[in-house]
Amino acid sequence: MKTKSELTKSILTARCGKIDPASIDDYIKAGGYKALKKALKMTQMDIVEEVRASKLRGRGGAGFPSGAKMEAVLNTEETPKYLVCNADEGEPGNFKDKYLMENDPYQLIEGMTIAAYAMGMVKGFIYIRGEYNRPIDLVSMALKKAGEKGFIGKNILGSDFSFDVEVRSGAGAYICGEEFALIESLEGKAGRPRNKPPYPTISGIYNKPTLINNVETFSNLPYILNEGAEKFAAVGTESSTGTRLVSLSGNVNNKGVFEVPFGVSVREIIDVLGEGVSGGREIKMVQIGGASGPCLPDSMLDIHMDYDVFARNSLSMGAGAVIVIDERFDVLEIVRQIMKFFKHESCGKCTPCREGNRQLLRILYKFISFTATRQDLALLESLCSVMVQTSFCGLGQAAPTALLSTLKYFREEYTSRIVEEMNA
Amino acid sequence: MQLKSIIEKYGRSSENLIHILLEYQSEKESNHISEDEVRRVADELNVSQSRVYSIITFYSLFSTTPRGKYVIQVCGDVPCYVNGSVDVLRELENILGISPGETTQDRLFTVERTSCIGCCDIAPAMRIGEELYGNLTPEMIAKTISLYRRKYNEDKE
Amino acid sequence: MVDITINGKQMTVPRGITILKAAKMAGIDIPTLCYHPDQFVKANCRVCIVEVEGDKSLPSSCSHEVRDGMVIHTNSRRVLEARKVILELLLANHDADCLTCHRNLNCELQKIANQAGVRVNRFENVLEKLPVDFSSPSIVRNSNKCVKCGRCVDICREVQGLNIVEKIGRSGDIEVMPTFGKYLSDVACVGCGQCSTVCPVAAIYEKEEIEEVWEAINDPEKHVIVQTAPAVRVSIGEEFGMEPGSVATGQLVSSLRRLGFDKVFDTDFTADLTIIEEGNELLKRMKTGGVLPMLTSCSPGWINFIEQYYPDLLPHVSSCKSPQQMFGALAKTYYAEKAGIAPENIFCVSIMPCTAKKFEAGRSEMRVDGQHRDVDAVLTTRELGRMLKQAGIDFTQLEDEEYDDPFGITTGAAVIFGASGGVMEAALRTVYEVVTGKPLLRLNFHTIRGLGGIKEAEVDLDGTIVKVAVAHSLSNAREMMERIRAGKAEYQFIEVMCCPGGCIGGGGQPYHTTDDIRMKRIVSTYQVDEELPLRKSHENPAVKRLYSEYLVEPLGEKSHHLLHTHYVNRKK
Repeated sequence: MKTKSELTKSILTARCGKIDPASIDDYIKAGGYKALKKALKMTQMDIVEEVRASKLRGRGGAGFPSGAKMEAVLNTEETPKYLVCNADEGEPGNFKDKYLMENDPYQLIEGMTIAAYAMGMVKGFIYIRGEYNRPIDLVSMALKKAGEKGFIGKNILGSDFSFDVEVRSGAGAYICGEEFALIESLEGKAGRPRNKPPYPTISGIYNKPTLINNVETFSNLPYILNEGAEKFAAVGTESSTGTRLVSLSGNVNNKGVFEVPFGVSVREIIDVLGEGVSGGREIKMVQIGGASGPCLPDSMLDIHMDYDVFARNSLSMGAGAVIVIDERFDVLEIVRQIMKFFKHESCGKCTPCREGNRQLLRILYKFISFTATRQDLALLESLCSVMVQTSFCGLGQAAPTALLSTLKYFREEYTSRIVEEMNA
Repeated sequence: MQLKSIIEKYGRSSENLIHILLEYQSEKESNHISEDEVRRVADELNVSQSRVYSIITFYSLFSTTPRGKYVIQVCGDVPCYVNGSVDVLRELENILGISPGETTQDRLFTVERTSCIGCCDIAPAMRIGEELYGNLTPEMIAKTISLYRRKYNEDKE
Repeated sequence: MVDITINGKQMTVPRGITILKAAKMAGIDIPTLCYHPDQFVKANCRVCIVEVEGDKSLPSSCSHEVRDGMVIHTNSRRVLEARKVILELLLANHDADCLTCHRNLNCELQKIANQAGVRVNRFENVLEKLPVDFSSPSIVRNSNKCVKCGRCVDICREVQGLNIVEKIGRSGDIEVMPTFGKYLSDVACVGCGQCSTVCPVAAIYEKEEIEEVWEAINDPEKHVIVQTAPAVRVSIGEEFGMEPGSVATGQLVSSLRRLGFDKVFDTDFTADLTIIEEGNELLKRMKTGGVLPMLTSCSPGWINFIEQYYPDLLPHVSSCKSPQQMFGALAKTYYAEKAGIAPENIFCVSIMPCTAKKFEAGRSEMRVDGQHRDVDAVLTTRELGRMLKQAGIDFTQLEDEEYDDPFGITTGAAVIFGASGGVMEAALRTVYEVVTGKPLLRLNFHTIRGLGGIKEAEVDLDGTIVKVAVAHSLSNAREMMERIRAGKAEYQFIEVMCCPGGCIGGGGQPYHTTDDIRMKRIVSTYQVDEELPLRKSHENPAVKRLYSEYLVEPLGEKSHHLLHTHYVNRKK
């Protein structure tokens, strides 16, 4: 069995817990802002190329190649362009962005500044969910201090480049993690997503070109600039370079945020980093990514954290959460909690998600209460399929994922509760 | 703070509606936004009342009906659920005599079920006001409630 | 141009069009619900989904553009099954009492559900019934039918600039309603009914007065007269499948006689009268330093707007009643005397393109005897259509008939009241001749016609330059009010119409009104004007007789008592 140090790597978390997160001097002493200084001497295209070569992919859940996104915005003619950091982190099971903002806020700011320079932006926003009061305070204070030292604001470090960032908060809506719902919220409205295409890179906030990335994605940029794309790409796997911040929770002994190189298996994360299931119990299932992710049985836990590996298995890694659920819990009860979440968080805009989520719960309850029929099973599968195929945005499309995965890996939990089968 | 000063603080633009409303709401013991206040905000920012109302009914942190001074949000999502969030709610019901959605008679506490608040590593967790509390046991919950009661009485004097 | 394949058929279509439009070109009508040609694409109903090869999802055809090489299937099994599920989901949160519903046989949801072959609903009905809002005299709101398409929100917020209804709440709790779920009568709604013209179902519709009219017609004691608005004659035909813009004046008259009205009159008559009174009022204000710019007052939705939102600017509004109300006042006095009938036995009905007229008719100021309404009932064009169908009258088979005397003679100036810019043009035709003493050679003022938001023109009255402006839809009205407040409105006279396009685009007009159809109705309106022998209000012989016999002079004492009114600060 591997050791903890073999399974972790400190690219993003090198300073976490070792410095005073509020102190800019600590950050600089620990190597901070070297990357920005370097970036300011490079051309925009060179920086974008470096990110491209690193093969960095979005860490929010979609996994879109970051370099390609940056290049698209760099090449867009329309101005002004805006930078947005998605710090909404509403996906249950995830707390890594909170961890980064509370322990190394300057890294995020530096990353954003580098990105803004590369694409020619003068204004940025960090959208932090309303419940994250401490990160809001810390990041706001860090921005102020960075401004005082000339690391952000007008004529950064004496250059021609000016970039300003505003912290905005959400007010309790998971949907605002979706990029267009986030933009609507930034514009002071209810967070209901817009039609895509056009994508935010063409028409985002104020209908201007906007690049939106996750906290973790931006936080990787200083390392990539400092150490180079090659060194970054050497970590992880061919398709998934660098590290993944894993939020480990549920029934494990050691919950927390772990920075693992891609390629580590889920089992290694649970057994080594998590120090095993609490109470020495058996695993019932593990949900990967968050509430919108698949639930895997014990037999699948040797799967590697790798975009391609997951895609080959028709699974999604999401934002990287690993939620361990032990044998005490009933599969259908867990699914019910997940569906309650989606029912509560649906924005209500489109028919399949608004009506579908609550209908799924109703049908699910029939299984839980042992009153389901074979037709109910067919209806469950039909409805899930329609939601996946026709929902307006990712929330409705991903809401049935957990349920569908349990239908695949724990089918007998459903079939054993069908009335006719019971009476057979 | 007066509404006008809150608006000056964040900037007189409809973009800042969410911040303005959050702060406006938090200033009140009843932790809610009334009809009158919706009208006032709409007038000050030159937007329709419907826009303001649509915001406070869309986002979970707002309430259009009076709540307690301390709103206790208990997370019920899977990471907290498998770590005993149901017990947390039960304990709160034992101590305060209220279920989720209700407010105590003395208007001090409201209990609400909330979606994940990012405290999965200290599950089961709850949020009171702007503070986060985790690894909750019945003793801790009782202690926390007493702390708030004491704080309230001290502030009154 | 791009090459695509739809249902196996290859075609070349313009770049940038939606799959929906491309399908239409191929003769395929993909069903839609939330889509409206005049509004921003919403894509929330998910009814118009199609299959695109290479795409795992089923994209909405209204919001996706065609791409070169795209292969589309609009009726694959996947699409038809998914559409059924979506419709069942909608119906599971709907009060589906179709047989007794206001929109039975005329409902977009019913049509699509039937088309899609929905035969069973596999989902449990989850509707939590809310009380129906009957508080407004103009419109009724029934949330239990709402499909959350957002069309009403769009038109009230973007076109009218009022945002009275909005999507409130989140998830399944979402409802379209006014702030705090209040009644329409408790919020600053103007009753324009634009929301009712875009609602695909019976969630918003006009308050019906058909029963009251039947009762009066069947009451032997009552002498029931009817007046028809200018806009109705170019729209009523649509209720019977005629092309938008069909002129059906003669048939309109005969249909009303077949219903049993004792006399059929034309509101155009009092429209001419309005021009005389209002034209003189304008000249008086210009001569004696009265409040300028003067604002027209015949649009009750607009009056409701200024009373509730800009009451400080009420002195600008002309004191003239609307043609509907002038007619009602004369009906209960001049006509009652002439016909020898006691006013209490006269039941005056008006056929209007407008829902706000229902509110206007009930105003306490609109009772010349201080007690009884001058206009007893208002039917919208849609209601007349329903009433005629109820009576089994086949409109298209009717012969043309003429209006009754003494209120049947009209001019082209009166007819164009129905179009935005029409009142202004009619007024200018008269004012020009009154001021210059010369006949107006060019009668058609083109710069103030059409669907442009705020239109301006300058008229040279033999040396005196009169600046005029025309605004339609309330967001433009608001812009105009702000200009006046800021002292930036250098006009003498402004026509304001509540509804986009003017009355022909009113809240009570036949369903599926679009900007396209508005234009057709406008074009027909001006055509009717061109073809009429009399085109200036002051040439109307019946109006002249009214003055010589009864009113004596414009703005005189009798006029003042019967034809003028005052307004109220109703700021909420």
